[in-house]
Amino acid sequence: MGSYASIYNRTQIRGPFDPGVPLPKSDQPRVQEAKAFSYWLGKIGDPQLGPLYLGWSGTLSLAFGFIAIEIIGLNMWASVDWDPYAFVRNIAFLSLDPPPAKYGLNPLVPLGDGGWWILAGFFLTVSILLWWVRSYTRARALGMGTHTSWAFASAIFLYLSLGLFRPILMGSWSEAVPFGLITHLNWTASVSVLYGNWYYNPFHMLSIVFLYGSTMLFAMHGATILAVSRFGGEREAEEIVDRGTAAERAGIFWRWTMGFNATYESIHRWAWWFAVLTTFTGAIGVLLTGTVVDNWYLWGVKHGIAPSYPSVYPDFPIPDEALRGAAQ
Amino acid sequence: MAMLSFERKYRVRGGTLVGGDLFDFWVGPFYVGFFGVTAIFFALLGSLLIFYDISQGTETNIFAFSVNPPSIKYGLGLAPLNEGGIWQLVTICAVGAFGSWALREIEICRKLGIGWHVPIAYSFAVLAYVSLVVIRPLLLGAWGHGFPYGIMSHLDWVSNVGYQFLHFHYNPAHMLAVTFFFTTTMFLGLHAGVILAVVNPPKGEEVKFGETENAYFRDYIAYSVGPYGIHRLGLFFALNAGFWSAVCIIISGPFWDKGWPYFYDFFLQTPAAIGNVSY
Repeated sequence: MGSYASIYNRTQIRGPFDPGVPLPKSDQPRVQEAKAFSYWLGKIGDPQLGPLYLGWSGTLSLAFGFIAIEIIGLNMWASVDWDPYAFVRNIAFLSLDPPPAKYGLNPLVPLGDGGWWILAGFFLTVSILLWWVRSYTRARALGMGTHTSWAFASAIFLYLSLGLFRPILMGSWSEAVPFGLITHLNWTASVSVLYGNWYYNPFHMLSIVFLYGSTMLFAMHGATILAVSRFGGEREAEEIVDRGTAAERAGIFWRWTMGFNATYESIHRWAWWFAVLTTFTGAIGVLLTGTVVDNWYLWGVKHGIAPSYPSVYPDFPIPDEALRGAAQ
Repeated sequence: MAMLSFERKYRVRGGTLVGGDLFDFWVGPFYVGFFGVTAIFFALLGSLLIFYDISQGTETNIFAFSVNPPSIKYGLGLAPLNEGGIWQLVTICAVGAFGSWALREIEICRKLGIGWHVPIAYSFAVLAYVSLVVIRPLLLGAWGHGFPYGIMSHLDWVSNVGYQFLHFHYNPAHMLAVTFFFTTTMFLGLHAGVILAVVNPPKGEEVKFGETENAYFRDYIAYSVGPYGIHRLGLFFALNAGFWSAVCIIISGPFWDKGWPYFYDFFLQTPAAIGNVSY
């Protein structure tokens, strides 16, 4: 098939609706009524929407997630005195903040002073954990490995480090991230500067390396597969167990280019580890901040990885207290 | 021989862009070609210049080695070798080597009869590099605005330039680029996870294929973009990450010289915000 298809599909095929491979008897049936073919989804990928599997973990996850979003949204609405116009106009700036520092880790905070934040966080966390259960049980029901679930677990570890583990280590809910579009971004910007510039946090460095590395790997992998798709190369599992000319050309391209090539299976191991380590190393960097190291820039100066700018601040002393907590 | 068992039948003549049969051969696993020769020339010369520049200093810590761009006072002119001239030559070598590499990739694609997706993708990365050390310095009127070539010094540059604009997180193109980086990485985790999961099933289960990949994501999130679509999506998001990164640094300085948080002040002047935002 010689048609152009790099950015979108020029042709779309409408076969019968695919109801999915059979599920074990112990599972509920899929919601086969939830089905549609989308012309616009078909432009970039498969046009088929649905079917849907709900199950108890999926249903509960959606319910808990709905409660969390209701708590956040209604708190935001209340913060503008229930004015619907002000709510819509300021939605980006509205926020549900964690309790102030004076409450420490007290779980029983007045609702209007951060208690709603604790409740929203609880419901959101339960929702996310149930969604993880769903990712696991759906894979097992189809007789697959659970690699997707463990990658998701790495992202959840970062989420919990930011909102639960680090606040516990710091002894205060106020260290956690607020719920708000602009305010969670403001929090991210401030926490970096507050703890002396996160660029000098070595685990932040590692996380960026894996983030950029993941993006580079997906550019290399996505481009390679599209380039050999004229030989059926996008059918990766088939090529892994029974190598065809698509896999051979894909491998040889990189071998001739840089002297080394992954295989159709091993490129996905590289990819999985890069994606997983992005959030995992990021979480370590979060957990060390304020607990083990108070100021990443001064930590970097002390360990010879950051310049001390003597010409800019010739008399700027490095206070001993700032480094006292630093792991040596 | 550094040849895979099935490789010999792919090693055919032709497909070169220039030079015909000249340099149409392999060294070990590497294809050479005309652009392999120019790539190795630029890469070697650039590396030797870097080593020469480091040898002229007294620094012994590898993390602190740095080849620095010239002072702003030299503008867009040539600087003396030991005052940034080496940096200028290294930059020329780097652009030459990266360009050669992309063209060599095209020759390899032609030889193998596959699409040019990889060289096109790679050229986005080269564009991001050229934006930092050529396009933006040209727009700002001095090579001194390029970044230094050193393990820590280029990170210091990123940190310093970011905070010159008060906070780079508020650069709208930076926001877009970060979103693309994060989303690409999420897609990569999901895609790699499902492929590994179908070909590495639990004990006693058979290896699964495309229909199970589709069923998994339909059960999980009610939609499967499909084996072709996920690679198109991943490539598209990855290239957008690089493209918007290039945009976010080119607009910083040449087209916006205040702190990036001030960029949103226009919102406060609109009817949407007047009288509503009290902070």
